[in-house]
Amino acid sequence: MRFSTLLKHPADWMTGEAAGTSVVLTSRVRLARNLRREPFPGWSTKERRVAVLDRVKPEVEALSEMKNGFSQELDALTSLQKQVLVERHLISREQAARGEGSAAIVNRKQALCLMINEEDHLRMQSIRPGLALKEAYDLVSAVDAQLEGNLEFAFDHELGYLSACPTNLGTGMRASAMLHLPGLVLSDQIAQVLQAVGKLQLAVRGFFGEGTESLGNLFQISNQSTLGESEDTIIRRLERVIQQVASHERNARQKLFEDDPDMVFDRVGRAYGTLRHAHVIPSKEALNLLSILRLGAELGFFPSETGGTCDSLLMEIQPAHLQLHSGEKLNPEQRDAIRAEIIRSRLQSLDPPAIVATQESEELHPPSDTVADS
Amino acid sequence: MQCDFCDSKATVFLTQLIGGEMKKMCLCEKCAQDKGVTDPAGFALGESLIGDGFPVGEESVAGSANDGANCPVCGFTFKKFQQVGRLGCSECYETFGDEISRRLKGMHKGTTHIGRVPEGLVEEHARQQRLDQLRNRLDEAIAAENYEEAAGFRDEIQELETIEPVQT
Repeated sequence: MRFSTLLKHPADWMTGEAAGTSVVLTSRVRLARNLRREPFPGWSTKERRVAVLDRVKPEVEALSEMKNGFSQELDALTSLQKQVLVERHLISREQAARGEGSAAIVNRKQALCLMINEEDHLRMQSIRPGLALKEAYDLVSAVDAQLEGNLEFAFDHELGYLSACPTNLGTGMRASAMLHLPGLVLSDQIAQVLQAVGKLQLAVRGFFGEGTESLGNLFQISNQSTLGESEDTIIRRLERVIQQVASHERNARQKLFEDDPDMVFDRVGRAYGTLRHAHVIPSKEALNLLSILRLGAELGFFPSETGGTCDSLLMEIQPAHLQLHSGEKLNPEQRDAIRAEIIRSRLQSLDPPAIVATQESEELHPPSDTVADS
Repeated sequence: MQCDFCDSKATVFLTQLIGGEMKKMCLCEKCAQDKGVTDPAGFALGESLIGDGFPVGEESVAGSANDGANCPVCGFTFKKFQQVGRLGCSECYETFGDEISRRLKGMHKGTTHIGRVPEGLVEEHARQQRLDQLRNRLDEAIAAENYEEAAGFRDEIQELETIEPVQT
């Protein structure tokens, strides 16, 4: 598969097409593996990195899961192409900074992405829509099982799989989910919920933005500990916590709507107005308004496919995607203009929120089936 | 300035990091020679100086010894790990084992791997885990002066140890 083909066909988990993604957008599981007695990429020489690549890449490409996939050495990609892959979450920022001796292999469905010579010799990840950590783990675990037959992974009976950084020892597994939590943010409960999650040895961070700031009300929850617990235990605990957070979010949405419908109508209406008619829109504003539009869709003010449009737009309005779209290097002002243009064109046929109609007929409660996750 | 070891005038000034603490010394020409300070190959001097009234904890001695050790496979040093927080290769976990296991406490839920094992190592992994378990129980039995039970554990350990380790 070529780079252009990869771009033209975004994965199911990028476009929100799958059902049950109202609170949990995606689930991701990654495994870190290294070759025994071979210097880790960060401490290796270029020659040895290339040797590792030459040994590992054919094994990965030969996997049945990777048939007709996208396989590319990082030094053959332009920095813009690498950035686009980062924005699609197919490779990591760290991987994008690397060149010779490093490669990314993505399967046709883009549910599996393997990075060679990132921080570890091999990082395998699986991404699925909705809350599906077990499914994601099973996918990536099957790949792991096939590869270990031909590659000798570094493993210690005490410490488990050996990784470049001791924070990944043991299972080498990091499982995470991306959650959209506008209800908890708008009702000022988010700090409380995130603090509670943090106490359970789970890490929470804003999905976009630096530090604690979270743009677009998107948060990522992941396991911190990788040693001393089985993959299954980690995933089950994580799923339980995520389900609880999702249920708090749904309650918060419901309560906001019941307690202060005018505020909700106002937010959604303003988001719609700005996104539909703005000609210059900075990234931060766009992400936050798209989050409210997405919330509006889930409350039944817009057709249900609007949520998916929002998810696609989150990706399409990132800097590298904008540059690729326009075909030239852009300064920040130009980016804001093109961002607004893309959003306007994608939302062109979206009718105003169906708020007035429901208000007149005094049916203020949202249809419960559109609020609830399936 | 006076020499730390005699009354002569100090002309050699030595600053050294021992166990993460800065130690300063002033020596005269003769004492410096005696202690090997001026000898460029004499970098084992830390020990001779420590013996001369510079008490440092056991832990920091081990630390300073590790600072100098190189991983036999990849040449990585523990000092480098302290800088970058990453290791050089899988063998480094063996080379710097004690230092790393001290840091693992609090980092993870436990210190012993539970979970997936590469298929070829399943049997060996089970044997190693059983051995660890038996050794712990042997220690407990001895501490409790329960020698009959201890002998049983000892025999079982010996039996398990004689099995050829499965090639890793």
